[in-house]
Amino acid sequence: MSSILSALSSRATAPALVAMGFLLSFAIPEYGLLDLYVQLVLIYVCINIILSLSLNLVNGYMGEFSVGHAGFMAAGAYMSATLTAKIFPPDQVALLFPVAIIAGGIAAAILGLVVAIPSFKTRGDYLAIVTLAFNMIIKAVFDNIDYVGGARGFIGIDRLTTLPMTFFWTVMSIWVMRNFIYSKYGRGMLAIREEEIAGEMMTVDTRRVKVLAFVISSFFAGIAGALLAHMLQFINPRMFDIIKSTDILIMVYLGGTGSIIGSILGATIYTVLLEVLRPLEMWRMVLMPLLLVVLMIYRPQGIMGMRELKLFIPGYDRVFMRRKPDEKEKPDAA
Amino acid sequence: MLLETKEVTQRFGGICAVSGLNLKIETGELVGVIGPNGAGKTTVFNIITGIYNPTAGSIYFDGSDITGMKPNKIAAKGIARTFQNIKLFKGLSAIDNIRIAHYASAKYSTLEAVLHVGRFMAEERRILDSSFELLKFFGLEKYASTRARDLPYGLQRRLEIARALALKSKLLLLDEPAAGMNPREIDDLIEFIRNIRESFGLTILLIEHQMRLVMTICERIVVLDFGATIAEGTPEEIKSNDRVIEAYLGKKKPREVSDNA
Repeated sequence: MSSILSALSSRATAPALVAMGFLLSFAIPEYGLLDLYVQLVLIYVCINIILSLSLNLVNGYMGEFSVGHAGFMAAGAYMSATLTAKIFPPDQVALLFPVAIIAGGIAAAILGLVVAIPSFKTRGDYLAIVTLAFNMIIKAVFDNIDYVGGARGFIGIDRLTTLPMTFFWTVMSIWVMRNFIYSKYGRGMLAIREEEIAGEMMTVDTRRVKVLAFVISSFFAGIAGALLAHMLQFINPRMFDIIKSTDILIMVYLGGTGSIIGSILGATIYTVLLEVLRPLEMWRMVLMPLLLVVLMIYRPQGIMGMRELKLFIPGYDRVFMRRKPDEKEKPDAA
Repeated sequence: MLLETKEVTQRFGGICAVSGLNLKIETGELVGVIGPNGAGKTTVFNIITGIYNPTAGSIYFDGSDITGMKPNKIAAKGIARTFQNIKLFKGLSAIDNIRIAHYASAKYSTLEAVLHVGRFMAEERRILDSSFELLKFFGLEKYASTRARDLPYGLQRRLEIARALALKSKLLLLDEPAAGMNPREIDDLIEFIRNIRESFGLTILLIEHQMRLVMTICERIVVLDFGATIAEGTPEEIKSNDRVIEAYLGKKKPREVSDNA
């Protein structure tokens, strides 16, 4: 196990894995290596990884408790769908789809900025209520905009989300958020989580860090929403209610807070399990929460909880391997 | 004059925690603040570091008015502190505790941070090197990757001071650095404070209940009671000051006074 882990930490590993993933993401649909249903599940897994990692930024790394993540998704989904289905010229939609995705992200990021403001004043339970309210407002707003279908939903969205594109955005979001986490801003988030006052005393601009974390987190939620809308070809406000937000929370806490690999595992396991358990029909929704209860009892920190794969820690050896070889303490990472 | 407070008053509802405080600290001084529990000592630290915005009065640091400035800006100007009940980032490694204190000194933009390009790499390397240097100075190098919460109490205190010094501060505020220490450890601490003061060219203001420590290292002592200065002077002067003795031990009974008369 440790030899596998040390092999994974070598510098060339990450680019090699990404390149391999890219090749596969092109080859799978091209040569029909997996059946269409499995391909859909793969796209779902990728979207959920983006969602859980982006929520982990705020809930895990920064220690706030945001429960309205689906609201940002909705913004991204509706923004991008409006662009592709109503505004862009129909013959150029496929070409302009990346623009629509980014526009979805930006729309969500702007909302994130708005939500970040009450988060300066409130923490913990109060922030949870603020974000919950925000989620409900977003749903109510889309319920009442006839231009995008209101409560009946938005139909006529093209199927534009492809496996390579989803994979690209998943890699992008992991890379950008990892970079953010391992910068002064990321350390600022940790300071806010661990001891906010001490963070301020140590020059951390907590206001700025919170805004940045919220904006980046909601930007990627918007991206995920845009990808989802163009995979399902249909969206309605109910898809982005508090239940969806809860789903994302579950993935974060299942995988473990404050860990990139945790979010990847949490999203993958949750998505795949839900699919595997499909034959159980209604019992699926009994078994799944039960599994979670068991997990929380026996492993409350989640699968990875605060542990990280060396692969995701830039300069791991430089930071943690400086000690003389006779030292026995284990570094705080897997 | 490095730090000066002019008529600083802090009210919480009907309670006046600090009233008309005039504190003057010259560059290079080591000043002690003592006083009974609830005298407003920690409140003074919280006002200086910007946690509280004083109800009245103003504070000058290094020639500029810092009244009402945000805590992180004040810290970046060169005021660092430790806390009475250690406030480390407990779940993080010792090295990360120090690296967090480089927030303001890290010169790269958000975009550079998100893409890990430009000045980012060089700055992070500098921060890492200087953080390790600091840990080494404090004899904590081998605990670099140990979580702060797993360090023994004495080392936690030391790490907190190391973290404060990572700010390259001019003024260090120590809030009861000897709390929970035995006499032997206090001897070490006295040595330690003298050492860092010399090595880092610091001006130090410290709150302490431990009289031996205060009387040994402070050049000047300020005594607070009910938020006001009741005495100020060298340790010798303070030891024999009637008002100080009264604040700590209470007044003599009037009957005894009349007996003596």
